[in-house]
Amino acid sequence: MTTEPLAVPAPGPLTQEISRVPGAHKPDPILVADGVQRTFGGVHAVDVDHLEVQRGSITALIGPNGAGKTTLFNLMTGFDRPNAGTWSFEGRPLGRVSAARVAQAGMVRTFQLTKALSRMTVIENMRLGATGQRGENLFAALVPPLWRAREREITAQAEDLLERFKLIEKRDDFAGSLSGGQRKLLEMARALMSKPTMVMLDEPMAGVNPALTQSLLGHIQALRNDGTTVLFVEHDMHMVRHISDWVVVMAEGRLVAEGPPDAVMNDPAVIDAYLGAHHDTDLGDDSLLTDEVAEQLEAEALREGNRR
Amino acid sequence: MDWTRILGQVAGEIVAPTTAAYALAAIGLNIHFGLTGLLNMGQAGFMLLGAYSFAIATIAGWPLWAAVLVAVASAVVFATILGIPTLKLRGDYLAIVTIAAAEIVRLIGRSTSMTRITGGNAGLAGEKYKYTFEELSPFPDGEFSLGPWQYSNNLSDSWWLRIVAWTVVGLACLLMWRLMNSPWGRVLKGVREDEDAVRSLGKNVFAYKMQSLVLGGVLGALAGILFVLPRAVQADSLGRPVTFYIWTILLLGGAAAVFGPVLGSILLWTVLMLIKTVMRDVIPTTVMRSEQIEMFGWVLVGIALMLLVIFRPQGILGDKKELAIRDH
Ligand SMILES: Nc1ncnc2c1ncn2[C@@H]1O[C@H](COP(=O)(O)OP(=O)(O)OP(=O)(O)O)[C@@H](O)[C@H]1O
Ligand SMILES: [Mg+2]
Repeated sequence: MTTEPLAVPAPGPLTQEISRVPGAHKPDPILVADGVQRTFGGVHAVDVDHLEVQRGSITALIGPNGAGKTTLFNLMTGFDRPNAGTWSFEGRPLGRVSAARVAQAGMVRTFQLTKALSRMTVIENMRLGATGQRGENLFAALVPPLWRAREREITAQAEDLLERFKLIEKRDDFAGSLSGGQRKLLEMARALMSKPTMVMLDEPMAGVNPALTQSLLGHIQALRNDGTTVLFVEHDMHMVRHISDWVVVMAEGRLVAEGPPDAVMNDPAVIDAYLGAHHDTDLGDDSLLTDEVAEQLEAEALREGNRR
Repeated sequence: MDWTRILGQVAGEIVAPTTAAYALAAIGLNIHFGLTGLLNMGQAGFMLLGAYSFAIATIAGWPLWAAVLVAVASAVVFATILGIPTLKLRGDYLAIVTIAAAEIVRLIGRSTSMTRITGGNAGLAGEKYKYTFEELSPFPDGEFSLGPWQYSNNLSDSWWLRIVAWTVVGLACLLMWRLMNSPWGRVLKGVREDEDAVRSLGKNVFAYKMQSLVLGGVLGALAGILFVLPRAVQADSLGRPVTFYIWTILLLGGAAAVFGPVLGSILLWTVLMLIKTVMRDVIPTTVMRSEQIEMFGWVLVGIALMLLVIFRPQGILGDKKELAIRDH
């Protein structure tokens, strides 16, 4: 028997053959959105004509502050209602479906502003993320033999994840006592408890220290290699460039570009969206500036100033 | 000062059916507030509804179990009606609606047009509905005394009622403990902390809040039955102050602690009795009349509650560590 893994593209080549216009068609889209609009009192927070997310890939959603990334996440996951538009997940229309049902369908999201459940322990936070718990029924809850075995199972699964996310020492602490970065980690680990088909991470690395970021990037790639689709919002271009197979750029609610990371980050439209018209910096390298390069740039700027 | 009499009266409060009724109502409120974070400001309304349902069904000739079921059913319906419009909204709406709903139950109950059913302002006299409960007693007629406690075996404010009332409270504690430490209770705690987080994990938050509201309300209705068995059903005896006492009991004992409501109820009523009896003994009636002492007792309770909230906000049995986190 050949054990060729299905639908797991090697990182990178999703995609030389895919056109790079915004809203490009993908070979096997898991999430397809059409004409999604959301306005807040005249502000077009989201105005997306067409968007497809490739199954089994890591897709980054980038864009300046206020571009509408979080709003798009909220819409897709049932936390907000659009003014217009439809979208489907694994071929199933999800417009007007409640947030809980979206999660049950296998699309689980995290929040930009973390939502750790403060007065619950870390392990209880994790257990809450698991699905298929009979004990969550009021009457079954009264009969522990019905749910003890499942409880042991999910506890083991939770401990395993906590280990990976370097939170195992905090197992029995209240989540409210965690630091901001640790809460981000907990929220991401909790979302993974349900073994989702697709995770949507809203700035997962904001506030997480660089050493840990590195290992988490590894976990996200491992998720993808296990067949999970990942869509994430991130401002750290280093991370975007490092792990994403595909990048979608939003600005002022619209999709302005998409493509493989390197191509997108050198796209003038993208650079415009981020920095306005006047600049000549390569975005992707911006966050990678070593001290040496930074000094050199500073010196150049100084020289230019002196010349005037 | 006659200490034997005073301590006897204080000891009476420890086992009183009314103390048990308040403990039970507070356990219900603990499911609402301590476990789920729901602000039910009308628990007395559930009690009154339970009391009326039980008494009216009994007067109509229904057996005890059926009358109790009627009380439970009306609490379920009442909670559902209150929950449907409010539980999708933020917490404050439930608070406002429950205050109003409890007042509506009371005002309808005491209105003259309802006199034939609820007895209107005068209420329903105890002897009309107590008999099914009293007939069930296994004890012989007569009185029995144990230490400072001396009561009739079966009639009205009896041993039989005390035993049943505290057994029900014990069972409710057991239920609370079982549920709190189950996956179901975990979802409720999650809802208390952050509804959206729980939604994002695929749980139907509305359904859980509804279950919590109904279950706590049913305990409230049962507490209403215990409350009226030693007295009469009288709309004004289950008004807004009763809701306030239940909240005091819950905060005193410690929200989200299994035995918090029991301890809170015993403490509130014994301390109040102690203050009142001692003051009646030492203060001459020319300085303060008996009703004034009654009121003064409540003033002291109010002050004690303020001190408690300032110095031990988690309540007596609450978890200090849990509370430290609330500030984040
Ligand atoms: N609840 C709201 N009410 C009013 N306006 C809103 C609301 N939520 C978002 N907006 C507006 O919609 C636009 C998009 O916001 P959104 O949070 O989606 O941006 P974002 O791309 O996630 O930005 P960031 O990178 O800063 O997180 C902004 O102009 C914002 O002011
Ligand atoms: Mg955002």
